[in-house]
Amino acid sequence: MNQQKSYTTSFIIIIISLVIIWFLNISLGSVDIPLKEVITSLFNGEVTKDSWRNIVVNYRLPKAITAVLVGSGLSISGLLMQTLFRNPLAGPFVLGISSGASLGVALLILGVSLIGGISSLAFSNFGMAFAASLGAFMVLSAVLIAANKVRNTMSILIIGLMFGSLTSAIISVLIYFSSAEQLQQFIFWGFGSLGNLSWSELSIFSIIYLIGISLLVLIIKPLNSLLLGENYAKSLGINIKKTRNLILVITSILTGIITAFSGPIAFVGLAVPHLTKLIFNTSNHKVLIPAVMIVGAILMLIADIISQLPSLEYMLPINAITSLFGAPIVIWLLIRKRKIYI
Amino acid sequence: MLFGYSSEKEKYIFNLSRINKHIILKTNDLEIGYKSKKSINSISKNINISLEKGKFVCLLGQNGIGKSTLLRTLTKVQPKLNGTIFFNNKSIEKVNQLDFSKQVSVVLTERLPESNLSVYELIALGRQPYTNWLGKLNEQDIKKINEAIELVKIGHIKHSKYYELSDGQLQKVLIARAIAQDTEIIILDEPTAHLDVLHKMETFKLLKSLTKKLQKTIIISSHEIHLALETSDDLWLMTNDNFKTGNKDILIENGELEQLFNSDLIAFNKDTKRFKLKS
Repeated sequence: MNQQKSYTTSFIIIIISLVIIWFLNISLGSVDIPLKEVITSLFNGEVTKDSWRNIVVNYRLPKAITAVLVGSGLSISGLLMQTLFRNPLAGPFVLGISSGASLGVALLILGVSLIGGISSLAFSNFGMAFAASLGAFMVLSAVLIAANKVRNTMSILIIGLMFGSLTSAIISVLIYFSSAEQLQQFIFWGFGSLGNLSWSELSIFSIIYLIGISLLVLIIKPLNSLLLGENYAKSLGINIKKTRNLILVITSILTGIITAFSGPIAFVGLAVPHLTKLIFNTSNHKVLIPAVMIVGAILMLIADIISQLPSLEYMLPINAITSLFGAPIVIWLLIRKRKIYI
Repeated sequence: MLFGYSSEKEKYIFNLSRINKHIILKTNDLEIGYKSKKSINSISKNINISLEKGKFVCLLGQNGIGKSTLLRTLTKVQPKLNGTIFFNNKSIEKVNQLDFSKQVSVVLTERLPESNLSVYELIALGRQPYTNWLGKLNEQDIKKINEAIELVKIGHIKHSKYYELSDGQLQKVLIARAIAQDTEIIILDEPTAHLDVLHKMETFKLLKSLTKKLQKTIIISSHEIHLALETSDDLWLMTNDNFKTGNKDILIENGELEQLFNSDLIAFNKDTKRFKLKS
C-alpha cells in the first residue's frame, strides 16, 4: 500500500514536468515570442503580431504534439519488445522494424531514379509515410512468420537482428548507386525531424497512433505474466501466440507511423523504459505503460528544445540530440544501479 | 493380485481406497516424447496413471529418464504423442488454457527472467486466471494471496524484490504463488534441486501438509528418494521400459524400488527403506 502512494507521487511529479516542459517547448524557438503572447495565441486571443500566431499555431504546436506522440510511441514499443523478449536490449531497432521503415524510404528516394517520372508525388510527406509504413510492415510480417515457426524468443530476437542487417545492406547498395542530391535527401530524412508536419498530416499520424495505443488494453495483463517466462504465463491461462502477435502488431503500427513521419529516431525506444523503471522501481505494466509514455514524451520535448536553442541559428538534427544527451545519462544511471531488469 | 498374498495392511489400504475414491487424474497408455516434422522421439510409453484426490505423489527415476517430459505433458506445456490424459474425467485437449489454469498450477525448474517484481506481486500473479482484463485484485484475491503467504510463512519477505531472495526462500515464494492460484492439483518439477538438506525437508513437509490442510493433490518429481519414501502417499516409478504407480508401501513390498536403478552399485533395503552401496 505504501508503494501505491509512492507511485502516485511519482506520477504527479512526471505529469507536472510534462506540462511545464510542453509549455517551455512551445514558447522557445528561433523567433523570440513573449510567453504571454504564446499563450494568448494558443487560446485564440488578440496577438500583437499575426506572424507570431502563425508560428505558434502552425509550427510550434504541431511540432510539440508530434514530439509527444513520437516520444511516447517509441518508448511503448521499446517496453513491449523488452518484456516480450525478456531482454533489456530489445527495442524497435533491434527487431529490424525501424530499418524496414528506412528501407521503404530509401527505395522511394534513392530508387526513384531507376523508375523515374513519379518524383513529385513520391517526395511528398504522404509518399514517404506510406513507403516507411509499408517497409516496417513488410519486415514485421517476415519476423512474424518466423516467430510463429520458432518458439524460442531468443531466436526471434536474432532473426530480427538479421532482418535489420539485411535491410541496412540493401540501403547501402542503394546509396552506392544514387546521385548526390538523392543521397542528401535521404540523409536529411535519416536525421529525424519533428517539425515538418502540417495539421492534416498530424491528424493522420494521431489517428493511427491512437489505434496502436488503444490495442494496449488487451495486453496489460498478459504482459505482467510474461515477466515469469512463457511457460508460467501459459500455466496462468495466457494465450501466448495471440499475445505475441498483438505485441508485434502494436509495435509495428507505432514504429512504422513514427518512422514514416519523423525519421528513424534512435535511443528513445531502448532507453526510456529503463529510465522509467529506475524512477518507479517496478515491473508492473499497469504502472509502467502510462509512466513510460509520459517519460518518453518529456524526453522528446526536451530533445526538441535542445535541437533549436534560441541562440542557435540552425536546427540540430533531433536524432543526434537524443543519442548525444540520452546515451550518457542512461550509461551513468546503469553504472550507478549496476543491474538492469526487464 | 492383491488378494493372492495380501497382508492385513494391504487389505486395509485396498478397502480404504474403494471408499471415497475420487480419481482426479487418469491416463491411458500415454506415450510422451518429442515430435518434429521428420521424426518422432518417443521417451516413454504405456504410462497408466490413476490418481486419487488429495494424495502426495513423488515421481522417481534416473536422470534423463523423462520425468520432466512427463510433467510437461501433464501440464499441457508440450503435446503428448499418444494415449489419453483426463483431469476430473475431462480430456486435457477439451479444456481450454484458462480453465486448465484454474485446475492445475505449476512450479517449474526454469529460472525466472530477471525483473523488478516484488514477492507480493509475484504471488499475486497466481490470481491472474480469476482477475479482470486489468489484472485488478478484488477482496477474494487478496484473501487468497494472504492465505498463501501465511501458509508458507513468508510474511516477513513479502515486500522484498524476488531477486534478493535465497534459493530456499524463492522456492517457498513459487509454491505460495501456486497455492494462490487455487487449483486442485499442484505439479512441481524438482522443487528441492538447489536446496540444502534443511530446506529440502521443509519443502517436503510443507507440500505434505498442503494435501492435509487444503486437500490439494500434489505431484512432484524428485531425486530425494529417502524423503519421498518418508513423506509421500503414492510413488510413480519411472524406468526405461516400465512405469509403476501405487501406494509406496505396496511398491516397497513388491520389490519395485529395487528396479529403479539399473546398477550393480546400489541395493534397496526393504526394512530400513533405504538405498545402500553394495559392499
